[in-house]
Amino acid sequence: MHTKPEDIVITEDNSSRLCARTIKADFPVLSQNINGHKLVYLDNAASSQKPQTVIDELSRFYSEDNANIHRGLHTLAERSTNAYESTRKRVAKFISCQNPEEVILNSGTTAAINLIAYSWGEEHINEGDEIVITEMEHHANLIPWVILAKRKKAVLKRIPITSDGRLNLNGIENIITDKTKIVALSHMSNVLGTINPVSEIAEIAHKHGAVVVADGAQAVPHMPVDVSTLGVDFYTFSAHKMLGPTGVGVLWGKKELLDKMQPFMTGGEMIREVHFDKVTWAEIPHRFEPGTPNIAGVVGFAAAIDYLEKLGMDKIRQHEIEITKYALEQLSKIKNLEIQGPTDPQIRGAAVSFTDPDIHPHDISTFLDSKGIAIRAGHHCAQPLLRILGKVATARASFYIYNDETDVDRLVEAIIEMRKYFGV
Amino acid sequence: MLLDDMYRDVILDHYRYPRGRKPIGKKDFSSIGHNPACGDDITIQIALENGNISEIFADCKGCAISTASGSIMAEYIKGKAVDEVKEIAQNVRQMLKGEPCDLPDDMGDIDALEGVKNFPVRIKCALLAWITLIEGIGNYESGHADEVVVVSTEQGED
Repeated sequence: MHTKPEDIVITEDNSSRLCARTIKADFPVLSQNINGHKLVYLDNAASSQKPQTVIDELSRFYSEDNANIHRGLHTLAERSTNAYESTRKRVAKFISCQNPEEVILNSGTTAAINLIAYSWGEEHINEGDEIVITEMEHHANLIPWVILAKRKKAVLKRIPITSDGRLNLNGIENIITDKTKIVALSHMSNVLGTINPVSEIAEIAHKHGAVVVADGAQAVPHMPVDVSTLGVDFYTFSAHKMLGPTGVGVLWGKKELLDKMQPFMTGGEMIREVHFDKVTWAEIPHRFEPGTPNIAGVVGFAAAIDYLEKLGMDKIRQHEIEITKYALEQLSKIKNLEIQGPTDPQIRGAAVSFTDPDIHPHDISTFLDSKGIAIRAGHHCAQPLLRILGKVATARASFYIYNDETDVDRLVEAIIEMRKYFGV
Repeated sequence: MLLDDMYRDVILDHYRYPRGRKPIGKKDFSSIGHNPACGDDITIQIALENGNISEIFADCKGCAISTASGSIMAEYIKGKAVDEVKEIAQNVRQMLKGEPCDLPDDMGDIDALEGVKNFPVRIKCALLAWITLIEGIGNYESGHADEVVVVSTEQGED
């Protein structure tokens, strides 16, 4: 049997791309019709959908292994503890962290950043110190620093953005100075899609002795992240944006920093010895994991990481560069549509915010929903950024592994139809 | 989901050609409303003559529903007595929230807003103009007409 040359070309093309259609079949929620149309889910920057393997693992855990972790001496407690702790190792390996003790499992990015701001911040930030953030931060990586600066009478400074939604590093030497104690920045913007030069900024920050926190909520689901070479001191992300259950997240921190930090929340599981007049803390990571965690969620998170690793994070990133390129091309053909963020797909992710001068984002979202297309409309928890962009809200389509060019086509067709519907 | 049930022709007409956008000379009271969920804003200014609304300026910056709702309101309440308007506004609010209401037979274009109640996430858009009006009247009645009332749809309008 001979193979035609064109078949080989097609095979090679396919091998460099994910097959979104095959992947989609693993996600039961995506097989339904919404308002009479096949669902196109483009709200992944808010939360991803879950593959059957993750859903099954949650069910399996509750059906077979459920018990509280760490303290029990019975078989179920041992199984559940092993499953929980093996996820910690799984997460560490996923982000190329050599020491699983540096991985704190919690409820998500918001909890992680608050932990840093309250624990590290409380001890190290003093009056007149400077905290540096960027103009594109999500409220989760903004409000804890605003509050910390107010509480300590510290100065909150920000790295501005360029008109195409990148960080403007001209004049960075006036922003990150010897007074800077901490620099907190998003690895990938949830509004602009921009992938920030985290390593470059971390290097500058470290020259001034500052600690660097990166909010990786939008990055880890979509590209390989290696905390051993990234150059930051703390890194945070959430499971639910990367196929995992809601209410689970990660704070990674350098051991030498975590070791010296006081707990943020106190209670069960995080102590060594307790008296009525004094308490000693457990070692890391347990010191920062008070109370009974979301054990089933953590166990399900391991199944999510399995799924992503099976596809390969490099391939996922490549797939999203291709979709982003196509989406930017097609959306920019629509008259008057204003697209936010960098135009080069190599320096951005697949979260694409846009506005129509004549149609409010909420009307866009309602119209697209009537066509079975789920996008997000609003301020995307980044009100200061939206103000800089001169918008009260934007519409945002964000793509993931189960989306492909046909989803972009559905979106574009619907937007064109919408403009006719509203008579603009 | 019937999109046309919310975006009725009357609504789209008010959205494209909003009424009540002409600035008024004197004003007896004013109020400002805000929907923090989407950033929609409305400014209402009202002039009275013998207890009736003689002039109204209703400037809504927002989606089709909130813009149309403000426009419909401006058109409907002009010339009516403040007491009557207050009662109508309260009944429109109840209608939008799916609660029992007692609206007059002649509702003008108000009945076009009824379709919104089938879109729960958009009810606040339609409510904005009316709750802002209610607050403005309340403020006027309590003798604080000079104060600008700022209303948020997140206050007790769930």
